[in-house]
Amino acid sequence: MLRDITIGQYYPSDSILHQLDPRVKLMGTLVYVLSLFFFRGVSGFLAVTLGLAVLIRLSGVPVGYMVKGLKAIAVILILTGMFNLLLTPGEPLISFGAVKITEEGIKSAAFMVVRLTYLVLGSSVLTLTTTPNRLTDGLEKALRPLNRIGVPVHEISMIMSIALRFIPILVEETDKIMKAQLARGADFESGNLIKRAKSMVPLLVPLFVSAFRRANDLALAMEARCYNGGMGRTKMKPLKYERRDGAAYLLLALYFAGIIALRIWLKF
Amino acid sequence: MSIILDKVDYVYNGGTAYEKRALNQVSLKIQDGEFIGIIGHTGSGKSTLIQHLNGLLLASSGGIYYNGRDIYEEDYDRKELRSKVGLVFQYPEHQLFEPTVFADVCFGPKNLGLSRKESELRAFSALRGVGLPEEYWYRSPFELSGGQKRRAAIAGVLAMKPEVLILDEPTAGLDPLGRDEILNQIASMHRELNMTILLVSHSMEDVAEYVNRIIVMNQGSILLDGAPKEVFRYRQELEAAGLSVPQVTELMQELRDRGIPVSPEVTTLKEAKEAVLQAFSKHRQA
Repeated sequence: MLRDITIGQYYPSDSILHQLDPRVKLMGTLVYVLSLFFFRGVSGFLAVTLGLAVLIRLSGVPVGYMVKGLKAIAVILILTGMFNLLLTPGEPLISFGAVKITEEGIKSAAFMVVRLTYLVLGSSVLTLTTTPNRLTDGLEKALRPLNRIGVPVHEISMIMSIALRFIPILVEETDKIMKAQLARGADFESGNLIKRAKSMVPLLVPLFVSAFRRANDLALAMEARCYNGGMGRTKMKPLKYERRDGAAYLLLALYFAGIIALRIWLKF
Repeated sequence: MSIILDKVDYVYNGGTAYEKRALNQVSLKIQDGEFIGIIGHTGSGKSTLIQHLNGLLLASSGGIYYNGRDIYEEDYDRKELRSKVGLVFQYPEHQLFEPTVFADVCFGPKNLGLSRKESELRAFSALRGVGLPEEYWYRSPFELSGGQKRRAAIAGVLAMKPEVLILDEPTAGLDPLGRDEILNQIASMHRELNMTILLVSHSMEDVAEYVNRIIVMNQGSILLDGAPKEVFRYRQELEAAGLSVPQVTELMQELRDRGIPVSPEVTTLKEAKEAVLQAFSKHRQA
């Protein structure tokens, strides 16, 4: 029922992307996101599409599985598209009374939808190919310099990895409670907006109760094992760069340079 | 009146790395008024199986018939099916949400479209049925103890007046006293209301005393199906599936192996006492 939510989930496999150092992948995601906001015109679009296609191919994650993750943001995509389509000023192409559709509107709607879709697909490659543990390690190490100016890097990465870890647990819990209420004749699907919002109460109340209970249990379990933050903590498997990581950095640099070059020299 | 399962298969997460076959060609017939124990190791598919019986999970292939009607027919009302086949999930107390226990028990009947008065009448008799003292009815469910919460949650399903009641591990996490109370209550519901009851458990001890038929699940298939005494004859097969026969049955079988002539087909403490006394009296006569 709710098992379709794939955002932030890990997909086990041992592709080349799975083996890369998490710091490389974090950097890669950053570069990829920047490139999404940098590219212009059809040539840039093609370059970014190619980059994404290569990434997905390398990750070894089935495309269908990734596309499922888009379902969760379908509403946002539609809303963004609509707003851009209808509210962008310019020469009207078609108009029904007060509603005007401009050429600029179509363009910006298409670009925004593509950008958002690529953003979600591309960044999900990071979480799909990296276990939450490695992700936390990578983030903590990559951001370590910020520690000196008083940013609690360890705590931030711990919070992030716990949040990621809890997504599947809460999804499962929601699924369970939903089924339990369905078994008592609850109806989550029919009726108008107000009725549907009301029908969420039997789902949300137990969900919140259980989320707090779980958070409490986790805090206790961490304290019972003497967790006291990142100070003086060592790793069993410290992160080490290998040759393929260097190669990946190089490819990233080339990709980014390519996107910039396209933006500067190719105007279409 | 019966439930029939015909070669039901169920696959979780088909087509991904997480694919898992949870049910494999399960065929089953459940008659009216039966009291059945479904036993299996963790992950044997018992919870998946029972969610098919009220249409919460839809089989990947195979058919399910309730009172002779195919529940996968397009115009079959599965919401009505859920009121006929009541399902109490594991840790059902986690589904309580209303400000008072009584209001929570009314949730099910209200969803069936019953009037307020009728809903309250049903909640009243359901709470009586599970033996929750009246002083707790108008408190918040979160103030109750574990065993009391569980009773309240079971009442929530009972108030829909199902024809078949399925309970998934109703004694999980309860102390021995709470366990016996709940099981006795269920057994008396079976006797007095003549309800068909399915009791899911991983413990033979729990069900042996109460049920009149045991279905043993192993890796998504039915391993054994029969009266408790018949099933417990297959001690080795059960142990291979990660299950054990009740302690008294094991004891009797050990005694027999050592040459004491007691019946090996003993499932409850009471029967064991009889069997041992009988063996003694024979011994004395000889």
